Amino acid sequence: MPEKRIVLRNCGVIDPRDMSSYLAHDGFKGLEKALSLTPEQVIEEVKTSGLRGRGGAGFPAGMKWELTRKSPGDEKYLICNADEGEVGTFKDRYILQNDPFSLVEAIAIAGYAIGAKKGFIYLRAEYHYLRPMLANAIDQARAKGFLSHMDIEIRMGAGAYVCGEESALMESIEGKRGEVRYRPPFPPTKGLFGKPTVINNVETLMNIPAIMLNGARWFNQIGTERSKGTKVFSVAGDVPRPGVYEMVLGSKLRELVQDLAGATDIKAIQIGGATGRLIPESMLDTPLAFENLLGAGAITVFNSHRDIIDIVYRTMEFLAEESCGKCVPCRQGTEVMVETLERFMHGEGEERDVKVLQELSSTMMLTSLCGLGQAAPNPVIDSLQYFKDAYESRIKARGEVKV
Amino acid sequence: MAENTTITQSKETKDLLILLAQTQKKCGFLSEETLANLARTLDMSLSDVYGVATFYSFLSTKPLGRHVIRVCKSLPCHYKDAAVIIESLEKTLGIKTGETTPDGRFSLELTNCIGACDKAPAILINDDVHGDLTVDRIPQILQAYK
Repeated sequence: MPEKRIVLRNCGVIDPRDMSSYLAHDGFKGLEKALSLTPEQVIEEVKTSGLRGRGGAGFPAGMKWELTRKSPGDEKYLICNADEGEVGTFKDRYILQNDPFSLVEAIAIAGYAIGAKKGFIYLRAEYHYLRPMLANAIDQARAKGFLSHMDIEIRMGAGAYVCGEESALMESIEGKRGEVRYRPPFPPTKGLFGKPTVINNVETLMNIPAIMLNGARWFNQIGTERSKGTKVFSVAGDVPRPGVYEMVLGSKLRELVQDLAGATDIKAIQIGGATGRLIPESMLDTPLAFENLLGAGAITVFNSHRDIIDIVYRTMEFLAEESCGKCVPCRQGTEVMVETLERFMHGEGEERDVKVLQELSSTMMLTSLCGLGQAAPNPVIDSLQYFKDAYESRIKARGEVKV
Repeated sequence: MAENTTITQSKETKDLLILLAQTQKKCGFLSEETLANLARTLDMSLSDVYGVATFYSFLSTKPLGRHVIRVCKSLPCHYKDAAVIIESLEKTLGIKTGETTPDGRFSLELTNCIGACDKAPAILINDDVHGDLTVDRIPQILQAYK
């Protein structure tokens, strides 16, 4: 399946500083259409489209909106998660740099649908340089009267990967440490400041104006049965053409990393960043879809010179640093994994260490409070499954030294 | 819409993170005295304020240089020889990572993924990204930060 531009349709086409060029490319026509419908009809349209969250979890967007719409209370919030922090991801940066207007339009549609008078864009501190252009887009939309039903405020993060997790993100907007919350209650019933809240990823929202304009049926025909539309990928690592690519969901990984990004020497691919999957070249024909492999769209390619243990060790080091520390399995589990992997790095790993890694993995997956801890063992589990030799050869080498 | 608008006068705990970021921008770092003052103004415990101030990697409770260099150490940059960039910066500045030059001009820190993996190796200097770095470009880049 080919490349197709829905999310990135305006990137490189419009002038991201000038609203008139956006208006000349169907800008705010999706909002116009939405406002001619009832909020319930807008939600129905998004539900029919089959759009699922692009931040990694893949929750049906329309259902999130409906739950929030139906929650009692006049005060509701819409949050756009622009805290893109997953290692190897830069697609939202590219989107914000090239088409901030579509995002503003999408937030305006979402706010109307769920009944939110206030929207927040939570932008990671590392992307502070994107703020002026984003603020400019909001100001221009406001001046043109497109935001008469709601206001949008940009909130800056302050350097914390975990704040991309929705409950930690809300804590951060509330001025607190970005520690995750116990759930339930979920954000649609009790979110930001205790009010019903929708949190959508930048890319999820970017689909909304096109869905409004072209209809749910049009969108629903693109992709696979359970993964509708396209996905934007950030490809980096050992490839000659790193960059942002948008493909129809269900496309093969091979098309992305070999045909588009030009990879020739592939040992392993990390899909979905630090908490994503680590797979061997033999799995290149896996379709990129929610039912197979996806995540938030970070694709990092590692060539045959890269050491798997080094990759997993550095990934775990990152997760241990970024764990919010609230729950024990994640806070301690990531630390123990770092220590154990360090032993392998130094050639001191033993067979029983493999067992520790395996047991710890299942404990963390089952008992961590949020996605970070639950998915942190992924690189360990995958490396033990697909690259067992990396561990075994080191254990063997150690034995030989002893003798 | 300026830096989260000017709410430096806010006395609401929900604005703590914004206040901390604004104070750091003004004073360069968050001193114990600053944190104590904030705690008093917001009617919070000092430990709660300290807890927020130390949670986020872009906030600092120790003095920083006028310009903060953050070198990305995450995998895509690491495998594009970020270590060589770090070494070169340490040599040029005459400091180790985690330190500030004696003249207070630069602080050098390591950071996790800054979302510039397509331009690896990449660094942030204050809010600016410098990507596709090579060792010989470093002196010229640093010159722009007085």
